[in-house]
Amino acid sequence: MKILVCISKAPDTTAKIAFTDGDTKFDENGVQFIVNPYDEWYALVRGLELKEANGGTVTVLNVGGADSDPIIRKALAIGADDAVRIDAETTDALYVAKQIANYAKEQGYDIVLSGKETIDYNGSQVGGMVAELMDVPYISLASKLELNGNTATLEREIEGGVEVLEVNTPFVLSAAKGMAEARIPNMRGIMAARSKPLTVVPASEATTSTTIKGFTLPPAKSGCRYVDADNVEELIDLLHNEAKAI
Amino acid sequence: MSVLIYADSTKGALTKNAFEAANYGAQLAKAAGTDAIAVVAGSASGLEELGNYGISKVLHVSDASLDNFDPQKVAHVVAAAASEIGADTIIFAHDYTGKAVAPRLSAKLDAGLVSGAVALPNGNVVKKAVFSGKAFAEIEITTATKIISVLPNSVDKVETGGSASVETFSVELPSTGITVKEIKKESTELSLTEADIVVSAGRGLKGPENWGMIEDLAKALGAATACSRPVADIGWRPHHEHVGQTGLAIRPNLYIAAGISGAIQHLAGVNGSKVIVVINTDPEAPFFKAADYGIVGDAFEVIPKMVEAVKKLKGI
Ligand SMILES: Cc1cc2nc3c(=O)[nH]c(=O)nc-3n(C[C@H](O)[C@H](O)[C@H](O)COP(=O)(O)OP(=O)(O)OC[C@H]3O[C@@H](n4cnc5c(N)ncnc54)[C@H](O)[C@@H]3O)c2cc1C
Ligand SMILES: Nc1ncnc2c1ncn2[C@@H]1O[C@H](COP(=O)(O)O)[C@@H](O)[C@H]1O
Repeated sequence: MKILVCISKAPDTTAKIAFTDGDTKFDENGVQFIVNPYDEWYALVRGLELKEANGGTVTVLNVGGADSDPIIRKALAIGADDAVRIDAETTDALYVAKQIANYAKEQGYDIVLSGKETIDYNGSQVGGMVAELMDVPYISLASKLELNGNTATLEREIEGGVEVLEVNTPFVLSAAKGMAEARIPNMRGIMAARSKPLTVVPASEATTSTTIKGFTLPPAKSGCRYVDADNVEELIDLLHNEAKAI
Repeated sequence: MSVLIYADSTKGALTKNAFEAANYGAQLAKAAGTDAIAVVAGSASGLEELGNYGISKVLHVSDASLDNFDPQKVAHVVAAAASEIGADTIIFAHDYTGKAVAPRLSAKLDAGLVSGAVALPNGNVVKKAVFSGKAFAEIEITTATKIISVLPNSVDKVETGGSASVETFSVELPSTGITVKEIKKESTELSLTEADIVVSAGRGLKGPENWGMIEDLAKALGAATACSRPVADIGWRPHHEHVGQTGLAIRPNLYIAAGISGAIQHLAGVNGSKVIVVINTDPEAPFFKAADYGIVGDAFEVIPKMVEAVKKLKGI
């Protein structure tokens, strides 16, 4: 099994969200970056489990600049065999997907795992685009993946239920909760990661389809209206008559 | 030039999100002085009803092989419909279906996609939530064909009255590699993303045996129940109730949180709620900063009183 796991760089979940350059750029000042949680906890770990059970290799792939290298090393420390970084600026999901698909087609992977969504852009787009560009099935929001030879059984969320389906490799999926349990890298993994190959390849020619014009912060809540714990009926009354929520 | 809306259906009926997407597309078409046409895939009835939300015509691809959801086939159907009517804008709901189909279509047509739109576009610029609801981005689509998926429960519906004409539309479907084995129903989770009211509790409840009052309150309000992540991780509550950054993102009209501190990762999944009520013993709990109404108090005393007050209000 040749497995490819797409990992993106995301601001730490507790990072302060602020913008610079006239509210057109995310303010990275003092922000810690992590592997996007869905990519690390679910896609990567399930990829590693499949390799451990069936043999093969797990490659992690990031589209980004040199500032991605620390999070790529983290993925190597968790257990990926090698890493590829496609050297490009990432502003558009379709552009990123074209980079990933071009590379994956050239290398011939059996399974491409992506995460449910990035926690900064919240697109839920790249995996599906990669699948279309590779002309293979896409299993979105998969919460289970079992492998038997070249046939995979998956569960995914659809409107109205959870679907159990079968598909042959190659395919692309996006990993959601349930797929695996997060792993913490150990000392040996961290040491080993330093000498694992991280190949940087140039970006392929591709067009973009969207441009970010600017960011805004949501209006601050006007403040919390406190109700006395001895006066619960007043809360219900406010929810009914003022907020019209019940 | 026209606007095409993919109207999703399950088990033979259009979904709530389908009507929202249709109405978004119709409002957009009206502003542009063009028609809003919907495409429906698989056996479904009641399609004329889309007329009440501004759709003039429905193209119905009733092929029964579409009854099992297959995003590759649906993307093919929508692409064929878009080419048939010469659509320059294609609308989806940003739900499970939209997340599976819209990106495929975007790559197929080389058309820019903004997913999770929270407002009607301003020209080619679409507003969407980013950083898990902590900010919004204005994104311009620079391609000739544009795809937008609309975040459920974020744009108000306008009923126009009227009935849509329904035409059969045939599309030759590609064969794809997916074989559906079974559809399992997990009703709690699904009702959670669609519920108008959600009652949620966290580690402050001390143990799974104390959830009876949360369920009572949910029942009295006709609400779904949710929980914080540690509560699902320890196994006090089922995993599908976990909301937040790494669980489900929900946007109910009313979110009631008892014994939840309001960590930023929890807020990321619930900050789109219209009204937030927080019950916590600690006046310094961060959740109060995101709340509209708050009670500093013991959930074990407050929740049963809320159940009584709701029952009294509703006469049950
Ligand atoms: C990468 C990452 C992702 C995460 N994703 C999520 C996520 O998706 N969802 C999520 O929920 N968390 C998530 N977390 C965890 C999050 O940071 C918090 O640890 C978690 O939300 C805390 O849960 P809690 O509020 O139930 O528990 P606690 O933090 O223990 O808070 C319990 C609260 O109950 C109050 N309390 C105690 N007794 C009572 C009483 N009798 N009556 C009323 N109030 C009482 C306390 O004052 C306290 O505020 C994530 C963390 C990380 C690092
Ligand atoms: N720059 C990137 N490099 C590698 N993978 C990415 C990148 N951006 C997104 N992905 C993958 O695509 C998934 C969905 O991203 P998005 O469509 O941006 O929400 C992520 O969880 C990653 O697995």
